[in-house]
Amino acid sequence: MLLVVEQFLNGLQFGLLLFLLAAGLTLVFGIMDLVNLAHGSLYMMGAYFAATFVAWTSNFLLGAMLALGATLLLGIVLEFTTLRHLYGRDHLDHVLATFGLILFFNEAVRLIWGPAGLALPLPAWLTVPVAILPGIYYPAYRLAIIVVALAVALLLYLGVMRTRVGMLIRAGASNREMIGALGINIKLLYTLVFGLGAALAGLAGLMQAPILTVQIGMGENILILAFVIIVIGGIGSIRGAFLAAIFVGIIDTMGRAFLPNLLRQMLSSAAASTAAPALSSMLIYLVMAIVLVVRPEGLFPANRR
Amino acid sequence: MKDKLNARNLVSALLVAGLLLLPLYSQASGNVFVLTLFTRIVILALAAASLNLIMGYGGMMSFGHAAYLGIGGYAVGILAQEGFGSGFLQFPVALAASAIYALVIGALSLRTRGVYFIMITLAFAQMAYYVASGLARYGGDDGLTVYKRSDFGGLINLSNRTQFYYLCLACLLGVVFLIWRIVNSRFGMVVQGLRSNEQRMQAIGFPAKRYKLMCFVISGTLCGLAGALLANNTDFVSPAVMYWTRSGDLMVMVILGGMGVLFGPVVGAVAYLLLEELLSQVTEYWALIMGPLLLLVVLFARGGIMGLLGRLNRG
Repeated sequence: MLLVVEQFLNGLQFGLLLFLLAAGLTLVFGIMDLVNLAHGSLYMMGAYFAATFVAWTSNFLLGAMLALGATLLLGIVLEFTTLRHLYGRDHLDHVLATFGLILFFNEAVRLIWGPAGLALPLPAWLTVPVAILPGIYYPAYRLAIIVVALAVALLLYLGVMRTRVGMLIRAGASNREMIGALGINIKLLYTLVFGLGAALAGLAGLMQAPILTVQIGMGENILILAFVIIVIGGIGSIRGAFLAAIFVGIIDTMGRAFLPNLLRQMLSSAAASTAAPALSSMLIYLVMAIVLVVRPEGLFPANRR
Repeated sequence: MKDKLNARNLVSALLVAGLLLLPLYSQASGNVFVLTLFTRIVILALAAASLNLIMGYGGMMSFGHAAYLGIGGYAVGILAQEGFGSGFLQFPVALAASAIYALVIGALSLRTRGVYFIMITLAFAQMAYYVASGLARYGGDDGLTVYKRSDFGGLINLSNRTQFYYLCLACLLGVVFLIWRIVNSRFGMVVQGLRSNEQRMQAIGFPAKRYKLMCFVISGTLCGLAGALLANNTDFVSPAVMYWTRSGDLMVMVILGGMGVLFGPVVGAVAYLLLEELLSQVTEYWALIMGPLLLLVVLFARGGIMGLLGRLNRG
């Protein structure tokens, strides 16, 4: 029971992190119609910035804030210098150009920070276990991730649904030409949205950094999970990304934790230990395949016309 | 379109002549390295050519083509490990396994289009990567060493560098010829029609999905051949050959050479891999130059090298 609760929370925490990544990706795709493979690189840069700034300032929160600002700035510079020229081009061009950016970022990180990974140590006040239920303890840091990510999700929802800028973003997503014709500075809006997406990716990266090591290519595997989430949730839909992310996070974590035992009860232990790792890493892709068969547009498609 | 003496055809012909004569140069100069390098280039050009069939002619942007390299490779590696060394068994199994995988993945992925298709093919290839990493019996993450290359009896000896090179080259030219025949057949015309306007083709009465799926399976099978050759070339197969950056590399080769041009992927593969080799000799951080270079190709050189040559011809 204890283990189930713990793994469920781990899954929720992982899912919320995935949401931060997927939200930026789906926003950028929904509004600028841009496929950004380099989104994972921004996640990686967030983690590297955090590791560096925390080491400089020797203050976790201050370092994290600085890293967030740096990723935001990086995103804006990236949009301004290169990605801006890709709007309106073929999706294939986006894939290639951002693939080139990934090569560039990975190599730049290797040049600046070296090939070995970095560690981002937690401050003492975040390492204590917290009692969430009587008798059930959970690491404070993972709990903090859940709280921060939920707060960001709420802010994002309120920002997009209740503010003027959010209204413009939604309008831009449903008809790009029209909002430009109405006299809105669409270029500035695009830069803003891209910067927001970059900051979300950076936030996911820097929050994940203390749990995993900060290393080159860390953004790539998680980027593919974000793709799976977008496919399941429906492209351009933040609500879909949120639900699909939590779903994928929990399925993936619970699958890895409990599938081996489950298989061991059904199969011989030798067969189970061979099949379990492969099967548990396949699990979310199987879910994606099923969703595709049932609802090819994803579960919550954004643009219903 | 009648064949003409234009810049494109000239470059293609020179390239083929160069590839045919390469072992002679290698023997004369004693430069063995160039032959091993070009064996790899020829094999990856074969993979890129197969990708061009669906990407350039079929309009299906598969971002998971490296999966077939792995499947073809693992078919050879696993059979060799289990004591089936005959190439007459290994190669058909490699092709059949790739075809079956392509059939399943294609049937699912082709329910979607556009960006979804790119993401789905990517995700499925990544799934294949994780499955291969989980194959503890066959090396898992560390990969599988192929101790003995495929045995074709007395017909051809794959351990002989020159013979193996010519086998790969023959496969490449055979596949390019096959693609040329496919593209100009009724089937190929339908597939190209689907790329231009699927709704219209469906209205005329062509079962769109069946044609696209068939094209997808042919492409995957041909890439499986490249995988089987690649495992023989490196005497090794590991999950890394199906990693998604390899799929990206293949895409880059196709685009760099020229999508939807018969010899485009071959030109692209030679250009990309030679550039990679040259840059990595200049600096350890070659990707720092390669990345922005790709960006520039996308921004300024539409249609790739063959596109530039085509424009050159038009004046």
